[in-house]
Amino acid sequence: MTARLPVRKTYKLFIGGSFVRSESGRYDRIKGTNIPRGSRKDVRDAVAAARSGSAGWAARTAYNRGQILYRFAEALESRRADIGAPADEVGDAIDVLVHYAGWTDKLQPVLGGINPVAAPFLSFSVPEPTGVVGLVAPDEPPLLGLVADLAPALAAGNTVVAVLSPEEPLPGLDLGEVMGIADVPGGVVNLLSGRRAELTQALAGHHALNAVVDASGDAALGTEIDKLAAESVTRVRHVTPTRSYTDAVADPLSRLEAVTELKTAWHPVGA
Amino acid sequence: MATQEQRTSISWDYAPAPESREHVRLRDSYGLFIDGSFQDPVDGTRVASVNPATEEPVAEVAFAGPEDVRRAVQAARAAQPGWAALTGLDRGKYLFRVARLIQERARELAIVESMDGGKPIRESRDVDVPLAAAHFFHYAGWADKLSFAVGGRRVEPLGVAAQIVPWNFPLLMAAWKLAPALAAGNTAVLKPAETTPVTALLLAEILQEAELPPGVVSILPGDGATGAALVREPDIDKVAFTGSTGVGKDIQAALAGRGIPLTLELGGKSANIVFEDAAIDQAVEGIVNGIFFNQGHVCCAGSRLLVQESVAETVVSKLWGRMERLRLGDPLDKNTDVGAINSREQLHRIEALVASGEEEGAVRRTVACSLPDRGFWFAPTLFTDVAPAHRIAAEEIFGPVVSVLTFRTQAEAIEKANSTPYGLAAGIWTDKGSKAFEVAAALQAGVVWQNTYNKFDPSAAFGGYKESGFGREGGMSGLRPYLHVNPRAATARSAP
Repeated sequence: MTARLPVRKTYKLFIGGSFVRSESGRYDRIKGTNIPRGSRKDVRDAVAAARSGSAGWAARTAYNRGQILYRFAEALESRRADIGAPADEVGDAIDVLVHYAGWTDKLQPVLGGINPVAAPFLSFSVPEPTGVVGLVAPDEPPLLGLVADLAPALAAGNTVVAVLSPEEPLPGLDLGEVMGIADVPGGVVNLLSGRRAELTQALAGHHALNAVVDASGDAALGTEIDKLAAESVTRVRHVTPTRSYTDAVADPLSRLEAVTELKTAWHPVGA
Repeated sequence: MATQEQRTSISWDYAPAPESREHVRLRDSYGLFIDGSFQDPVDGTRVASVNPATEEPVAEVAFAGPEDVRRAVQAARAAQPGWAALTGLDRGKYLFRVARLIQERARELAIVESMDGGKPIRESRDVDVPLAAAHFFHYAGWADKLSFAVGGRRVEPLGVAAQIVPWNFPLLMAAWKLAPALAAGNTAVLKPAETTPVTALLLAEILQEAELPPGVVSILPGDGATGAALVREPDIDKVAFTGSTGVGKDIQAALAGRGIPLTLELGGKSANIVFEDAAIDQAVEGIVNGIFFNQGHVCCAGSRLLVQESVAETVVSKLWGRMERLRLGDPLDKNTDVGAINSREQLHRIEALVASGEEEGAVRRTVACSLPDRGFWFAPTLFTDVAPAHRIAAEEIFGPVVSVLTFRTQAEAIEKANSTPYGLAAGIWTDKGSKAFEVAAALQAGVVWQNTYNKFDPSAAFGGYKESGFGREGGMSGLRPYLHVNPRAATARSAP
């Protein structure tokens, strides 16, 4: 009897809940696997998908978003062996998802509240998602470094366009398949592989983007992101690559606040 | 293209009721406030700060040059460890002193604010100065409770804060910037606006009287070049800017690659939305307050009036009737509603945008009040037949000019309100509570006022969405941009 011929996997970008080839038709061969090389057009498509997914995701209850993030953790746990990353890193990424799943309905009481104003008004401040967040993942660790800022962005109600590590894109692309079974709605997370600088420049300069979280660890690219973001007052946070669960949860408030807007409402009392 | 100007005279006059200037003791000339004392500029200049209502000088003021900026930053750096090493209680006590001294000198500060900037004394007396004191009082109480602002984590100050404030609320904006920075243990270099530096220099006298340690605050009047030099100083750890979106973008770009935290509070084109079920008379008062407060020199001014079609005619006619009764003139007169335009440059900007409104086909009505012979003035102006694409509907005018647009449905109101790169503030006028909450949640704006407008409080966060800036001022959220969480106090998996 001859050995069974294995079925190979074709890796694709993850945009709007679908697995798509790069519109450019380009790919790179990385460690023996063909990886799609996303283009500027793919970035624009991904931002459009994230934009159209934004209102629906933000409108979900905090409880519902929390359950979906937890489901994401469950799905990742069940696929631990299939993710192209070390088991410890996958474990940490799962725990980070569990941590931020619990933040969805804590964010409002922690960041917001009723303001004791010195006038007859009910004034309160509530956190809202900033909208669409661009995320630039590091090369090391490629999965945890992505999830450590993906999870807070999602917990706060944002949609995300992530530029994966060009050196190690597989764990990120695998994550797209996990999301497909985790009830994460299409368009909420979009994953792009390809040349980091090319994709990041198109992303940071996109005027429909509200915030960039730069975990690339690349100072020159960081400066470029800052300059492009300034064109439309896009919020930028640079983080050093997150190397452990402990790193990821050391200062969750800063990670959450970087992708959050605070809205203050005033209503008269009496009169 | 119809241009319609209705001219009706004001129906009754008030006797003049000017606030006495006797109480004010201004020096002829002010130096730069560096390291606890007023100093001559090394490479700066001396400029007269002009009263926009009379075009007469209020006082001569030193403008800082690049070397002056460097000296102030060095003084702030040298003072920072000592300031941070004080107990929170003691830092708080200094800030409480400042709050109290502002209250004591409130009358003088209000008069000078109106002389230097042109705003009605009623506003500087009842809004600017009391709120400035309240901000110091609020943040004084935070100085020994900092970790409560970050979920109990250990915190550190950032270091030296470079702070740039605008000309529309000179003393109040200085208080918004300085109070949280100092409470958190930072030292600060503050640049007041080119046209309104005088109350910041009176604040410097107050800081001296409060015996604030030298170098903790330096105050450097100057123009855009001074601000540009300040944010480019290598030895700063934080930048906070309030002003135009254009300058905000320049500052954000200038800081690229430097890893310096930035807070921006920028421009706006805020929608004030009147639904057909609103209490119309109350709404009209709110519209007037929303756009004519401080001559419309307010970043969150309700400059886009969105009125439901069914009540548009009534609202516009009542608004126009109310506008005709606004009293424009001497900012020091206690009956004045609309004071002087802050500067000749700003007057020209307003005139140019208003001219574009007429050219693009909107219908202009300007109140036919008499304008003083000297000074910079612009009479309250209303535009109807405004299309969303008109410049007067899209660009910040920063003057006493309101553009009226109409809508049919709630969904259309929300879409029009959000259809702007700005996102600072909005107003909603309706008597239906559930609708107000629904609309407030849908508006992309940092502050939403329902059945009121232009309310501020030190405990309430203020700041914008989108191109109106990022970061917040006021309350706990205004403290966090001046703090750094100590990563050594990290939570381990086993920790509680």
